[in-house]
Amino acid sequence: MGRLSVNLCGIELDNPIIPASGTFGYGYEFAEIYDINLLGTFSFKGTTRDPRFGNPTPRIAECTAGMINAVGLQNPGVDKVISEELPKLKKCFHKPVMANVSGFSVEDYAYTCALLDKEPQVGWLEVNVSCPNVHGGGMSFGTDPQAAAEVVAAVKAVTKKPVLVKLSPNVTDIAAIAKACEAAGADGISLINTLLGMRIDLKTRKPVIANTMGGFSGPAIFPVALRMVYQVANAVNIPIVGGGGVSTPENVLEMMLAGATAVEVGAQNLIDPMACKKLVEELPAAMDTYKIENLKDLIGGVSNG
Amino acid sequence: MLLRGDTSAVKNAGEFVNIQLDGFYLRRPISVCDVEGDVLTLIYKVVGKGTAAMSAMPEGTQLRLLTGLGNGYDLTPAGDEPLLVGGGVGVPPMYLLAKRLLAQGRTVHVVLGFNTADEVFYEDEFRALGCDVTVATVDGSRGVKGFVTDALPSHYTYFYTCGPMPMFRALYKATVTSGQFSFEERMGCGFGACMGCSCKTITGYKRICKDGPVLRKEEILWAD
Repeated sequence: MGRLSVNLCGIELDNPIIPASGTFGYGYEFAEIYDINLLGTFSFKGTTRDPRFGNPTPRIAECTAGMINAVGLQNPGVDKVISEELPKLKKCFHKPVMANVSGFSVEDYAYTCALLDKEPQVGWLEVNVSCPNVHGGGMSFGTDPQAAAEVVAAVKAVTKKPVLVKLSPNVTDIAAIAKACEAAGADGISLINTLLGMRIDLKTRKPVIANTMGGFSGPAIFPVALRMVYQVANAVNIPIVGGGGVSTPENVLEMMLAGATAVEVGAQNLIDPMACKKLVEELPAAMDTYKIENLKDLIGGVSNG
Repeated sequence: MLLRGDTSAVKNAGEFVNIQLDGFYLRRPISVCDVEGDVLTLIYKVVGKGTAAMSAMPEGTQLRLLTGLGNGYDLTPAGDEPLLVGGGVGVPPMYLLAKRLLAQGRTVHVVLGFNTADEVFYEDEFRALGCDVTVATVDGSRGVKGFVTDALPSHYTYFYTCGPMPMFRALYKATVTSGQFSFEERMGCGFGACMGCSCKTITGYKRICKDGPVLRKEEILWAD
């Protein structure tokens, strides 16, 4: 075990860097550019019970130090993910992978997770109760502690794999939701998903995004994400995957100090396909600068006083 | 804009590059107009802050860009006399395409459409290549008065086009052969990861940046 290794819910990661769901496809697009086995793991594109095209275009809007997306969980549905995407993923990635799952009912989540539970390469299930871009599902489960807990309990009943719950920042008290998920049996918390945002085109006076609003991500949201990771870390005793605007090795160290065991990287993959490779490679030097021998010793180490 | 660097990833006409600019989060996707050795020619119109910043960059500025993006045009079905139709900012990718088709010994008809004579560019460059060039302007201030569909040659074996959506719709109806259209969409990554630029086609969902930007006439599903 190297100095970058961490243990996420019983599975050893060579390093804490995890490309976030929806920014890394099923890995193979990036495997054309570099050997993605150097990553800790990655969270593949959000999977739903049925195939989805997602929202109309434009789905993307640029912002200062970030972007808004309103893709809307485009994916081929769990059956095709298992029959077509995972075999391709397996050819280029040889570690346990994180399966990101979304749904529109508690039954949807349980159904999709039960199928993915049978896939040997799936190491963790990351249950997304926080997608801001779909109606009648997604985020509505993540903004209410009881609804989030129901999803967690239903998923835990169909799998023995570690279940991480990906939480929405678009709530008043994220710690309360994290606690409810922990009480329902969640093995870890992943946060944050994107912040609900909007842009208006001054020429047309219409929203830039066809779906009016979308999820804001990128370096601009890092302080918000870090704050929420810190709050959740102080509220629960299960591991946290921290993410939101991470773009530098220093951001990774801050996230871990705030309480993250591993770190998700999202939007940065989209503006630099080499972003996660660079982070893995640049971490040791950043650790040296701040006299950090082993990354795992850093987790939750923020000093308050 | 002329850029010098490693152009080895640029393969087909109709591909694009994605340019990183200081002070802007997302890259700017720009179609490849020409590639010769290690020199890449890009022609863009200043439409927003990003392109305005590009036009203000001094000579010698170093840029980071992703190259070899998109599928590009497939030359195989072109036939003896392909027709190339470029509208406005859709003209540049037609240039490398024309070069490639001419190099294969084909006769290349080019129709360039603009709003007015002031906007006309690259007409002479296409003529210098040896193409049969017709210009159309909406106000009639140059060439044929009207749209590109008013200036189509009487005979062609296949067509390739890039330009605005209204032109595409008109061409789709007016053309008598099969052809290929290069689409534009707001992109996130430009290399297939984010699904930001997906569209529905007769042959399934496609990402404009990765499975496109070039789609065949037979697979286009108009959104109306």
